[in-house]
Amino acid sequence: MTKSPNQPFRSQSSSPLSHESKGTPPSGGVPLLVAEGICKTFGEHRANDDISLRLAAGEILCLLGENGAGKTTLMNILFGHYVADAGTITVAGQPLPPGSTQAALRAGIGMVHQHFTLAGGLTVLENVVLGTQSLWSLRDVRANARVRLQTLMNDVGLRVDLDALVDTLPVGQRQRVEILKVLYRQARVLILDEPTAILSPQECDGLFTTLRALAARGLAVILISHKLEDVMRISDRIAVLRDGRLVGEVAAAKAKRDDLVRMMIGRSLTQVSKGTSEGNDQDTGEPVLVLRKVSVRKGRDRLCDVSVSVRQGEILGIAGISGNGQSLLADVIYGLVRPDQGEVRLYGEAISSTQQVIDAGVGRICEDRLGTGMIAGMSVAENAASTRRRIPPFARWGWYIDNRAVRARAQDYQQQFDVRCRHIGQPIAELSGGNIQKLILARELADQPRFILAHQPSRGLDAGAIAFVHECLIQARKQGAGILLMSEDLDELLALSDQVAVIFEGTLSAPLARDEATVSRLGLLMIGHADEIENEKIEKKSKRHAH
Amino acid sequence: MDLFDIMLSAGFWAATVRIASPLIFATLGELICERAGVLNLGIEGIMTIGAMTGWLWVYQGGDLWGGIIFAACVGMVCGLLHSMVVVYLGASQHVTGIAMTLLASSFGYYVYKMLFPRATTPPKITPFEPWAVPFLSDIPLIGVAFFQQTPLTYLAFALVPVVWWFFYRTPLGLAVRAAGENPSAVEAQGLNVLRLRTGAVMVGSAFMAVGGAFMTMSAFDAFYFGMINGRGWICIALVIFASWHPGKALLGALLFAGFDALQVRFQQTAGAFIPYQFFLMSPYILSIIAMVFMARRARYPKALLIPYYRGQRV
Amino acid sequence: MRIEKRPHVSILWLVSAPLLASLAALILSAALIIWAGQSPLRAYQELVLAALGSRGGLAETLSYATPLIFTGLAAAIAFRAKFWNIGGEGQLYIGACAATALGTGILTAPPVILIPLLFIAGALAGGILLVIPVILKTALRVDEVVTTLLLNFIVLLVVSFLIEGPWRDPMALGWPQAAPIIDEGVLPKLLDRTRLHIGFLVAVGCAVISWFVMQRTVWGFEIRAVGLAATAAAFAGMRVTRVVVIAALISGAMAGMAGVSEVAGLKGYMTLDLSPGFGYTGIAVAMLAGLHLLAVVPAAIFLSAVYVGADSMSRTLDIPTYLADVLVALSVLAILVCTVFARYRLRFS
Repeated sequence: MTKSPNQPFRSQSSSPLSHESKGTPPSGGVPLLVAEGICKTFGEHRANDDISLRLAAGEILCLLGENGAGKTTLMNILFGHYVADAGTITVAGQPLPPGSTQAALRAGIGMVHQHFTLAGGLTVLENVVLGTQSLWSLRDVRANARVRLQTLMNDVGLRVDLDALVDTLPVGQRQRVEILKVLYRQARVLILDEPTAILSPQECDGLFTTLRALAARGLAVILISHKLEDVMRISDRIAVLRDGRLVGEVAAAKAKRDDLVRMMIGRSLTQVSKGTSEGNDQDTGEPVLVLRKVSVRKGRDRLCDVSVSVRQGEILGIAGISGNGQSLLADVIYGLVRPDQGEVRLYGEAISSTQQVIDAGVGRICEDRLGTGMIAGMSVAENAASTRRRIPPFARWGWYIDNRAVRARAQDYQQQFDVRCRHIGQPIAELSGGNIQKLILARELADQPRFILAHQPSRGLDAGAIAFVHECLIQARKQGAGILLMSEDLDELLALSDQVAVIFEGTLSAPLARDEATVSRLGLLMIGHADEIENEKIEKKSKRHAH
Repeated sequence: MDLFDIMLSAGFWAATVRIASPLIFATLGELICERAGVLNLGIEGIMTIGAMTGWLWVYQGGDLWGGIIFAACVGMVCGLLHSMVVVYLGASQHVTGIAMTLLASSFGYYVYKMLFPRATTPPKITPFEPWAVPFLSDIPLIGVAFFQQTPLTYLAFALVPVVWWFFYRTPLGLAVRAAGENPSAVEAQGLNVLRLRTGAVMVGSAFMAVGGAFMTMSAFDAFYFGMINGRGWICIALVIFASWHPGKALLGALLFAGFDALQVRFQQTAGAFIPYQFFLMSPYILSIIAMVFMARRARYPKALLIPYYRGQRV
Repeated sequence: MRIEKRPHVSILWLVSAPLLASLAALILSAALIIWAGQSPLRAYQELVLAALGSRGGLAETLSYATPLIFTGLAAAIAFRAKFWNIGGEGQLYIGACAATALGTGILTAPPVILIPLLFIAGALAGGILLVIPVILKTALRVDEVVTTLLLNFIVLLVVSFLIEGPWRDPMALGWPQAAPIIDEGVLPKLLDRTRLHIGFLVAVGCAVISWFVMQRTVWGFEIRAVGLAATAAAFAGMRVTRVVVIAALISGAMAGMAGVSEVAGLKGYMTLDLSPGFGYTGIAVAMLAGLHLLAVVPAAIFLSAVYVGADSMSRTLDIPTYLADVLVALSVLAILVCTVFARYRLRFS
């Protein structure tokens, strides 16, 4: 496939929307990194379909796209983790040998992965110098490295204690270590995969300042994200990926939010929320789950004085940046972690064990589908029975597992929820994420529980599966279930919830009714600015009084 | 003879140092493997085959140091086999290790039986002679205890700072430690995790084999069946006790050896009242107790026991 | 070259893995036989004939397989729960101790009562011995591999003390041994003029029962789930610690019964060489069986045939008996490799 040289950015199989980005000025200066026609398929899934990109020194390029759009795959190809099926990459005019991390590093490409690649038991300094010199050298370079790093840190304004063990550092600092690692190798291209997902807004600001400083020094930056706000704030140029294709490129200055959204998901946001948001015409009933002043501390995570109640027939959303105590809150409700203080009442009774929670009839849609929700290594049928293994129809006399009943029930689930598998004896780990989630929904919603805890129910799923999950939740609410929905995706929360509360550093805000819960207000709560909202409320009240 | 007398006798200290030597070799060897993220339960068998081959080399007319090198090479081959299965194929480290122990020791016994089918008394060699360090060996008590040992003992003690220096002062050592902490970190920096681990397991196994060879070439002068007698397993406990630190491994080996030497001496005096089996049992019990005390505080290499497949990332 | 998961694991691969592994071990060991100046084919023929070719040989193979079935079950059950019990040897001896303590005259009862009692006592003793490492593991996070291994040595020394001291049989000359099991406690023979006793049937029965428990009951389901994915098992409402303790107790009980069967069935009295490493070989049996509890029986018979056959072959052909150990070790390594290839494949890039 040959390309006309004057159209280096345009993939030929572009979507009808791509004309919008016409007139994007090619970035000034000589391109430092050029990727041409990158293709990669996994099985039948086209992760990257003929993607071409070009990046100049000193430029910040954002790769925007939903989960599964192919952003990370593309970066892993650039960094030599994967070998592309087709396409070439050149750095400063030199072709980059495919499939070699070493070659990528040597060419000056550095990558900060979404899941950090740091050795926790080593110091910051050790992590930075790891692999930067010949393994057989007997010289101890650390004194030298320390001096170089000190100047580097001063220059770009990244401060980390070089002698601290990485394990002891908070997440934001670990990210700095990752960036230092790349800079120490004198990289020319810095790739950051979803860097803001784990940062607090303040840390985010700090990161962006650093990135600006680095770009000013001539570093080319590629930022992968699915967060529009971040992308529009920091980047010079935005490239949008959808379903493995490059669907458009725009200069950030000219970018409009709605256009980007349309490119990202193929339809506009208003359409999306219309699809799912229906008013709750049902009266909310009895509380099904009540947490009263629950405090607990486990490792890095904590909850302080969390009080919340979920009533029948309502969806209570919990928003928050990941790592602010959501998992711990879920574990407390699952009965996996016992609170240090406070009480948890499910259907009016105190929680004593996970089995009790299950037996009481709770739909539990957990965050980590294959690691927690399902027993990887067991079959579809066994997983269908795993939580209710002691009760009929799965068990007789409380101990004998009736395999025929297990299979029959699994087959029901498979048909009702359209779980695609070869047969129900197939190991669950061989199924796709969407099908695993369907089986979880089938299992958890089968007995029409009165309370459902959905933790990130749509993460990592494709659009069809997401719609299915949302439909299931809305259906359950209609039938009178109380649902606690935890998500990092504000759009999802706003589309589904009747009320939204925000969790920040283990503290849960009072729930806001849907008409009160605006993105900006939730955003403030998510970064811990509860005071401003209180002030706002008081102001409103006083205004009302004045009237 | 009470405790005080024993502690003041040069013989006790000399015995402690002697008993500690093979343990130091093997503990360091296991430590190197585990620091790279690989548990090597083949240790017992590798010590056995090291004891056999080192002795065999000398018995066949080779020189003593040649025997040590030969044993080390045999250990490396065992390590290579172990890491092929465990590092490259990612099989269970526990089961592979047990199988390696069975394979190495039974292969050693097989070879021995092939060469000496009718030997009623084990054939003997001239082992390493004690070598008195000039001047230092003349110091009362300490001189006899520490400076009239065989060269292998000096080597064992010298290896402790070498291993420490390797791990904490060289880029290769750093890379090995990182491979045991988080292989993805190593891979992301362009290094080959599998080769690092294989190398570490091979070198570590060589150490174990030399530890075994110490038994036939320095402690005794012949090869006996079952002569390793659980020393390898004790070394695994010592590594945990040492919290994967070479200096503490030396300390652990010395403490253990001191206790062993003490129990032998007590056995002579108190043997009349307490059956000897309980003295023999005490080192094993001590190892378990030491692990109980250290296990909570121990900082495991985080990737220990976790196979790494290239290109596999979260 | 990289290694990647197969999208589907075919049953055929998993079933043929042990066969391929045994074949590979036989081929590799042939080198040692050639070194001994013999033809491998002749040697293996000799081995098979000695182990399976006659009534006596077959009986001997089955009686040697009896403790291996028990210890193989012990290893397989514990490994299923990811509890690395390498202490089968110690549990076997403690089981034998229990049988000796109760079966040498303290109790007199008809065989129908005494024999089951001995087995129960041995099972309890084996299980209780394993409680120590289990508690250390679950409460204090002490590695169970080392503790179970070291307990083997400790138990052996305890046995040595017992049979040289309080339990020494004054009637026995020469080597120290404990008093013999009284007649009511001795396991009846299955075949005349052989050493095969009903312990073999008990072992097979145990295999069937434990397979049933593992596959068809809630307890087995929980053991398997905890072994496969502990966090997911906890999420599904299982009490992980309790499940591991139960699995370990069953495992220890199996190994303890091996000791009972050896003392009361084969030897008749307790000695220090009661087991030539049945506890360790049990691990090989379990691996060869792919941790499948019914497959433990054929795997144990196969390995026992190797040992029994090699013993006789070594006498006729003058090949050291250690060949059997080499063969077993190689087949375990080979099965590990084969299982990896059943689940993964190599990709050359």
